[in-house]
Amino acid sequence: MGSLRGFYGSMVGKKVVMGVTGLIGVGFVILHSLGNLLVFRGPAAINSYSHFLKSTGELLWALRIVLIVAVILHVIAAVQLTQQSRAARPIAYTKQERQVATVASRTMRWGGALLLVFIVLHILHFTTGTIKPAGVFSPDDVYANMVTSFRIWWVALFYVVAMLALGLHLFHGAWSSVRSIGVSPPSPQPLHHRISLAIALLVWAAFTAVPLAVVAGIVR
Amino acid sequence: MTLRLDARIPPGSLAEKWNRHRFEMKLVNPANKRRHTIIVVGSGLAGGAAAATMSELGYNVKCFCFQDSPRRAHSIAAQGGINAAKNYQNDGDSIYRLFYDTIKGGDFRSREGNVYRLAELSVNIIDQCVAQGVPFAREYGGLLSNRSFGGAQVSRTFYARGQTGQQLLLGAYQALECQIARGGVTMYPRTEMLDLVVIDGKARGIVVRNLVTGAIESHAADAVVLATGGYSNLFFLSTNAQGCNATAIWRAYKRGAAFANPCFTQIHPTCIPVSGEHQSKLTLMSESLRNDGRVWVSKKPGDKRDPRQIPENERDYFLERKYPSFGNLAPRDIASRAVKEVCDEGRGVGESGLGVYLDFADAIKRLGIDVIRERYGNLFEMYQRITDENPYEVPMRIYPAVHYTMGGLWVDYNLMSNIEGLHVTGEANFSDHGANRLGASALMQGLADGYFIIPNTIGDYLASSKPQKVDTTHAAFKAAEDEVEERTKRFLSIKGKRTVASFHRELGQILWHNCGMSRNEAGLRTALRKIPELREEFWRNVNVPGSDVELNQALEKAGRVADFFELGELMCLDALHRTESCGGHFREESQTPDGEALRDDENFAYVAAWQFAGEGKIPVLNKEPLVFENVKLSQRSYK
Amino acid sequence: MNLTLHVWRQAGPKAPGKMVVYQATDISPDMSFLEMLDVVNERLTERGEVPIAFDHDCREGICGMCSLMINGVAHGPMKGTATCQLHMRSFKDGDTVYIEPWRARAFPVIKDLTVDRSALDRIIQAGGFITAPTGGAQDANTILVPKESVESAMDAAACIGCGACVAACPNASASLFTAAKVTHLGLLPQGQPERYRRALEMVDQMDLENFGSCTLHGECQEACPKEISMDTITRMNRDFIRGRLIGTRA
Repeated sequence: MGSLRGFYGSMVGKKVVMGVTGLIGVGFVILHSLGNLLVFRGPAAINSYSHFLKSTGELLWALRIVLIVAVILHVIAAVQLTQQSRAARPIAYTKQERQVATVASRTMRWGGALLLVFIVLHILHFTTGTIKPAGVFSPDDVYANMVTSFRIWWVALFYVVAMLALGLHLFHGAWSSVRSIGVSPPSPQPLHHRISLAIALLVWAAFTAVPLAVVAGIVR
Repeated sequence: MTLRLDARIPPGSLAEKWNRHRFEMKLVNPANKRRHTIIVVGSGLAGGAAAATMSELGYNVKCFCFQDSPRRAHSIAAQGGINAAKNYQNDGDSIYRLFYDTIKGGDFRSREGNVYRLAELSVNIIDQCVAQGVPFAREYGGLLSNRSFGGAQVSRTFYARGQTGQQLLLGAYQALECQIARGGVTMYPRTEMLDLVVIDGKARGIVVRNLVTGAIESHAADAVVLATGGYSNLFFLSTNAQGCNATAIWRAYKRGAAFANPCFTQIHPTCIPVSGEHQSKLTLMSESLRNDGRVWVSKKPGDKRDPRQIPENERDYFLERKYPSFGNLAPRDIASRAVKEVCDEGRGVGESGLGVYLDFADAIKRLGIDVIRERYGNLFEMYQRITDENPYEVPMRIYPAVHYTMGGLWVDYNLMSNIEGLHVTGEANFSDHGANRLGASALMQGLADGYFIIPNTIGDYLASSKPQKVDTTHAAFKAAEDEVEERTKRFLSIKGKRTVASFHRELGQILWHNCGMSRNEAGLRTALRKIPELREEFWRNVNVPGSDVELNQALEKAGRVADFFELGELMCLDALHRTESCGGHFREESQTPDGEALRDDENFAYVAAWQFAGEGKIPVLNKEPLVFENVKLSQRSYK
Repeated sequence: MNLTLHVWRQAGPKAPGKMVVYQATDISPDMSFLEMLDVVNERLTERGEVPIAFDHDCREGICGMCSLMINGVAHGPMKGTATCQLHMRSFKDGDTVYIEPWRARAFPVIKDLTVDRSALDRIIQAGGFITAPTGGAQDANTILVPKESVESAMDAAACIGCGACVAACPNASASLFTAAKVTHLGLLPQGQPERYRRALEMVDQMDLENFGSCTLHGECQEACPKEISMDTITRMNRDFIRGRLIGTRA
């Protein structure tokens, strides 16, 4: 236990926690985005997929708990590290020119906060049905829930914007997580950089396709 | 009143001396070591290594440096490498050969005993540095790689790219930091020694200024080690760091330590030429460049053609012409003088005419650009950064610059000066390089002194002298503090018209023209007239802004330049008295018919140790005769 | 050429500071950046003003003493170059140049542009060494080191300890500095016995010195005058994880 506390007590330890939980998140969103694509194969496909997930019972809950814990740890570590880093430079430069930091790396904190808000709303929207922008929610008809919601322009817009944030977060997060946990081999043009870009683009495209397809009337 | 200068060279054959001496030296009981405080001033190779090693032995060490961290000492800038008589290349090297090369390279103006010990210890240095993790270059099989360097005919130079000094210093620095963490060394960075305190004839402490707060503080100890480097910055433009200064050794001199051979200065042939008045320092290009580069100028004076347009038969590869067996690898003093000669003939290149070409075109043709890039890439980049010229395409331009000072405080075999308890290591002492230092030998000497010699000999001093307890409440400390304080206030009170740098630049010009690469009586007398005049003006007309209770870089510089005036004068005096030519000291009056340095062994085979005789008085010359029992004094020839 | 300089002036560690405007006139493009400041200082002195304090020593890019945030970039616009080797030909006549000290809680300002970087020394004290007291070493050639390892070690060992990585990092993290030493020593056989302990101690000290955390922006690697790669940070993290979770036995 002492060594775990020592581990988490260090900034590198916190980064490792963020890396590991981040990679769990990456795995989750890849699967989730692929699952969403079933919407293009009609109501039956996606509803039966949803039904199958729910039928796994305890396994589903176990996964959900892993995800929830991962998100909580990720957020706590992020908040603590952000505080420490802000404190590390109490007086800002009059002029500072970033040389290589990407939009993705620079929006990790605000983008991350937006994603947290999104995740909460998203669960309340599609998992529990607490929020019903279209006024209806059916636990068994995922397809209908999606179509009715995304027909509302601002719901679709909110999802599209959130997915942009997710894409950016994924791009920087996926490759930097691999580095934080110390497993990337040294290279000036690392492969994991390109893999991250591919993952980010894929997930972003898959997630964004659904609300756009509904708005465009391709999925109805 | 002259001094009795006993070098205390142990008896016996060369190979026996150090071993036997180590046995005969008295030891300090391990339990008593921590009761002894030792002050080390300077944290370069000689100081950092000494502080770390003495702390490992159990002494209580206080280490001082003017930089913000011990890692920045100027040893860091050495590029080429470090010699060691390992004979890993099976090319006929041995301790005796390294000893002989060093004695001969120094033009027979150093002590056999000291130099032999240096060659002996060179072997241990490499072992020690490798154990510390110094990343020396390796062969594919994992063994250490060597190169030949600076006038040596064997490959005995160990190197870490072009950053050997940096890596060796970081090794010593890391050992030092390890001891700081352990509590054995207390480090005082941004602290400058401004006086030495001598009580009952023994060095018992120093007075320093905290460069951040301006506080003048005293530190007492049982022994003081000065490892404060050389005095090349006398010349204003040199390859030394801006902060390098002679204040510590000069203050010690004024407290009675003899200053030996001050006129032995080394001019390094391969530096980037001066580009203008604004220039604050000269940058050395490693001597290793001469392994593949060819030095030449046009045969015609005033030839302003693009070097690439000058046909082969109109070029004068003057080093190869004059010194066929060593060619471009002729030793530093010889190469520098040859460069000066062709420039004096009006054949120099570049806008100022003070430069010669160092050409890699042939090497690139022979070895391919990739090999050259691998060997010298970082040096070429540095050259291009400074001059904005691409040395892969246009020949480099080089010119000699002051680089190293062989002279320094006089020390005996134990590295102790004539003031008991005052030890001097590294470039700050005079001991091992005679009148000229061979390439890759400065790092070797600094580390031999620091790791292996002083930690042993200091024990002998402490055990045999049994110093009485003294602390900083002693009147001598108070008196020294007052003097330092008074001097500091004086700088600030002058409020004249000229900046410190303008005086320094002018002093540098006087010395460079009259006591530089070649010297003659008339020039030296001119310098000896001009320097006191300029010094007088300095004390009347210098402008040192700011106060003494804060970080004040102008004040620091003023103190250093004030000492440079005095040391510069002593250097000229020494150069004037030594009417022979030897090594880096070339007296125009003493040369062979073909213009080579002509030694006068009959009259000058001695160490000139100058002793302070009081303000305004001519220093007293003491002579330590050099005895050569093993080597035959010969005319140095690199033809 | 003529330049307008905006320079941070601060009389002492506790004094308030501000940007002050100076004109640098008749500057030669062949001057180094520090020589340009020398000229400015000479003129300030002649006018009876206090010159600008800035750290510098070797002026050949190796001692690591010089610093300066120049127009918002650590060590100025030339990649792989320390301020002392930056030349004025990198600027244009009429340029405005902002000159600020390194900014980090761990690097308090001493005066004007000079800062206290002793935190970096303390990180080395924590473990940035191989314990090898003088005298005990075996013959150097009995330790075989593959050429590739020694080259990679040297890449990391080239660090000059200037602190540009900290200055450039949006989080003021000292990860690159620390990782460079962990990598240099960790890649050599001599460094193995203390490898994991070293990583733990140095990382912990880095935290104690109030540096920020690494978000892998890559600004450090870009600012480093020796172009040390942030691959070293991955290595440091790996050694840290191994040391913390499995133990420090090699």
